[in-house]
Amino acid sequence: MILILRYALTRFATMLLTLWIVSILVFVIINLPPGDYLSNQIAELRATGQAEGVAKAEFLRTEYALDRPLWEQYMIWAGFMPGPQGFFGLIQGNFGWSFEFDRPVSEIVGDALWLTVLVNLAAVLFVYCVALPLGVLAAAKSETWVDYTAGFVGYLGLATPNFLLALILFYYGNKYLDLPIGGLMSPQFEGQPMSWDKVKSILVHLIVPTFVIGTSGAAAMMQRLRANMLDELSKPYVETAIAKGMKPSKMLRKYPLRMAFNPFVADIGNLLPAMISGSVLVSVVLGLQTIGPSLLTALKSQDQFLAAFILMFVALLTLIGTMISDVLLMLLDPRIRMGGRRT
Amino acid sequence: MPLLDVKSLSIGFGKAPLVVSDVSFSVERGETLALVGESGSGKTLTCRSILRILPSAARLRGGEINYNHGGHTHCMRTASPAEMRRLRGDRISMIFQEPMRSLSPLHRLGNQVAEVLHLHQSISAAEAKARVLAQFERVGFVDPERAWNSYPFEMSGGMRQRAMIAMAMVSKPDLLIADEPTTALDVTTQAQVLGLIKELQAETGMAVILVTHDLGVVANMADKVVVMNKGRVMEAGDAKDVLGDPAHGYTKKLFAAAPVIPATAAPAQTQEHADLILDIQNVTKTFTLRAKGWRAPQVVTACRDVDLKLPRGKTLAVVGESGSGKTTCARVALGAITPDAGGKVLFSARAGEEAVDVHRLTTAQRTLFQRDAQMVFQDPYSSLSPRMRVVDALTEPAEIHNIGTRAEQREKAADMIRMVGLSPDMLPRYPHAFSGGQRQRLSIARALTLDPTLLVCDEPTSALDVSVQDQILGLLEDIRDQAGLSYLFISHDLAVVARIADEVAVMRAGVIVEQASPDTLFYNPQHPYTRALIAAQPKPDITRPIDLGLVAKGAGDPTGWPEMFRFEGHSAPALRELEPGHMVRCHA
Repeated sequence: MILILRYALTRFATMLLTLWIVSILVFVIINLPPGDYLSNQIAELRATGQAEGVAKAEFLRTEYALDRPLWEQYMIWAGFMPGPQGFFGLIQGNFGWSFEFDRPVSEIVGDALWLTVLVNLAAVLFVYCVALPLGVLAAAKSETWVDYTAGFVGYLGLATPNFLLALILFYYGNKYLDLPIGGLMSPQFEGQPMSWDKVKSILVHLIVPTFVIGTSGAAAMMQRLRANMLDELSKPYVETAIAKGMKPSKMLRKYPLRMAFNPFVADIGNLLPAMISGSVLVSVVLGLQTIGPSLLTALKSQDQFLAAFILMFVALLTLIGTMISDVLLMLLDPRIRMGGRRT
Repeated sequence: MPLLDVKSLSIGFGKAPLVVSDVSFSVERGETLALVGESGSGKTLTCRSILRILPSAARLRGGEINYNHGGHTHCMRTASPAEMRRLRGDRISMIFQEPMRSLSPLHRLGNQVAEVLHLHQSISAAEAKARVLAQFERVGFVDPERAWNSYPFEMSGGMRQRAMIAMAMVSKPDLLIADEPTTALDVTTQAQVLGLIKELQAETGMAVILVTHDLGVVANMADKVVVMNKGRVMEAGDAKDVLGDPAHGYTKKLFAAAPVIPATAAPAQTQEHADLILDIQNVTKTFTLRAKGWRAPQVVTACRDVDLKLPRGKTLAVVGESGSGKTTCARVALGAITPDAGGKVLFSARAGEEAVDVHRLTTAQRTLFQRDAQMVFQDPYSSLSPRMRVVDALTEPAEIHNIGTRAEQREKAADMIRMVGLSPDMLPRYPHAFSGGQRQRLSIARALTLDPTLLVCDEPTSALDVSVQDQILGLLEDIRDQAGLSYLFISHDLAVVARIADEVAVMRAGVIVEQASPDTLFYNPQHPYTRALIAAQPKPDITRPIDLGLVAKGAGDPTGWPEMFRFEGHSAPALRELEPGHMVRCHA
């Protein structure tokens, strides 16, 4: 137990280190295209002769240190160095200013952040809940109609474009099941404090997005699990278990599934970011108030603090995901726990 | 009424011809029946059909399997799945060939063994644990509590097979089916595991069906023998009769092929050889395991102070169990691993040529060395690429070294394949079309295409059936004499070595413990480990059973050897020449 705790702590430390490196990369990459939001705006204002606006933009430029060298900008943004407002960066909880929306990033992103996490967690849960039984079933009944049907449905899920699936589901869901179209809650709850009705509204609105974002992931995961299970089923320890007199269903759960589980768990880390970046388009189509659409606008208009923050957030989710899967693997597999003393 | 009665059993795959046909035998309580045959004889399918653990494509086509228990007859062919499950593991249990892979690596041994009790009896966890611990102690775990908490990958192969036996025995079955239980184990471990099965059988009065290809194992274990070939019974009867006076031609053939350590009348005369093709001097190889976190890096010594001389045209054999360092020696000799400072390997390709240091070659010298020294690997199934035609595999070496035109290379490949006793018609085929023995012939042909002078053979016959092993050894001898080759021959099997070697070095724990010509070694073995190896070799003769006492004395830890040979911790005594040409590691 102490071993695992120690491992989790080291893993956490490396995660912080990675996050720091990611922050540098993110900042540099966003600043690669020439110019920034404000200098573009100033040029435009000058051209149209609005001196008043220019003064405000110039003020923002000094206020957010955009007139300083890039490395200083980074240090101030991250909060390693005092800027015009003293130490006030990411570390201190200041996410920066969005020039496009003319509001603090935290205000724009606020709710969207949690809704993003919510939508994607729901999708991940959906992926696991669907892929696990289907994959195991397909492997256990391999080369029967169960396997073929599961495979067919899986490939259908992989091959259908998400936005198309979204439109189809909205249409029929609304027609037959009275599901709401678009958004993540009914309009009357937006900006309202959390209440039971709001939670219910969010849950009903989640159904279609979860399904849409999750299907392709679930299909891929199912195929992987099936292949892993089939490999494991031909191993001699399966014969040993049968020779003991175990029931096939119990044997399946205790031995091959445990073995086939590793890649399944290891995927948690990859799944989260893949879904967030993959769901940008879906969010736009479905009108979800996640950070996806904001990211798109921010990148297009070089709204650097907003874009940087969103990218950092996705990176953080990825890192947390891989950390969770690493610690889980450690708990699940004694071979990893004992430091690869495998023969 | 016999305990188990198998009557004219037939098994087939799909529409293909039967792979087991009309096999009958019966087993009485407390008796050991051996099913003997080579791979493909159907012995494994036959024994698995008793518990109905068959590949999913295999079908029982006919016959009956009746198991009599408590006055009730179970027909194993028609029993319901639930009835089968009640018998499996409880009344009839099974152990398998590969203890490494037959246990789940993710569950503790205690969990896996106690599971048998929980499946078949309503028993409390504490009671189950007590019984499993008692069984662990019985099969030879010094610390049963520790074994209970261990994972299989923390144990050696022999210990895992003991755990498998504990699992099979814990519910006190009437019948134990052992499918090649010792084939994957070292010979000394094999002797101990066989001894254990015999003891347990005497205690509990269970019957054993032993599936094996090794007549020596049969002679040590069996009361009754069924010899199978190509799915049919060739000969069956009491072990005494079948082994003492085999009636069927096939059984006689198996006997002739079984390698035995010859009874030697006198030690051989030693000769001095000045012309060495390979001279391994003072080679030590240590591996440093990667440091883990804040633990200090661990140093493992694979082999220590190895001095070996291979005279031109001769065969030097290195014998030892897994982990003894013999393969490391071979790889150092070929330059694949660099020895620690102070050791060197000298190689002189042809008589009169100046010797080169294998680990200090220029690029041009290395290319020449690679032509002159070739290797034959252990597993002919994985050492040939399944995606390359035989002709490509055989011409590839010449292509790499830019020798000859394409037509000449093909000509050479045809010569080589003829030399190993196959036909040039087979050149366009893929390796999967060949049997294990044929594949090993192909590996040898490939090693020979560059006309090497030195061949390093790493257990070239240990994956093969006895009769095929016999042929391959014959082939290696012929080629050696024909082409004037020298062999460095790595093996764990003294009987194989006895046949082909001119000089034998016995290794244990990374050092050579005894070295002599085979005649001297077998006539007058001095070291307890050599004696254990010789004693552990099962002989196909029921009047000469394995002497377990002798095996236990030599096969144990080197710090527990008799005083004269004992290691003090890691420091071994020196290798001394007791008589000319006979070296033993002992204190003066």
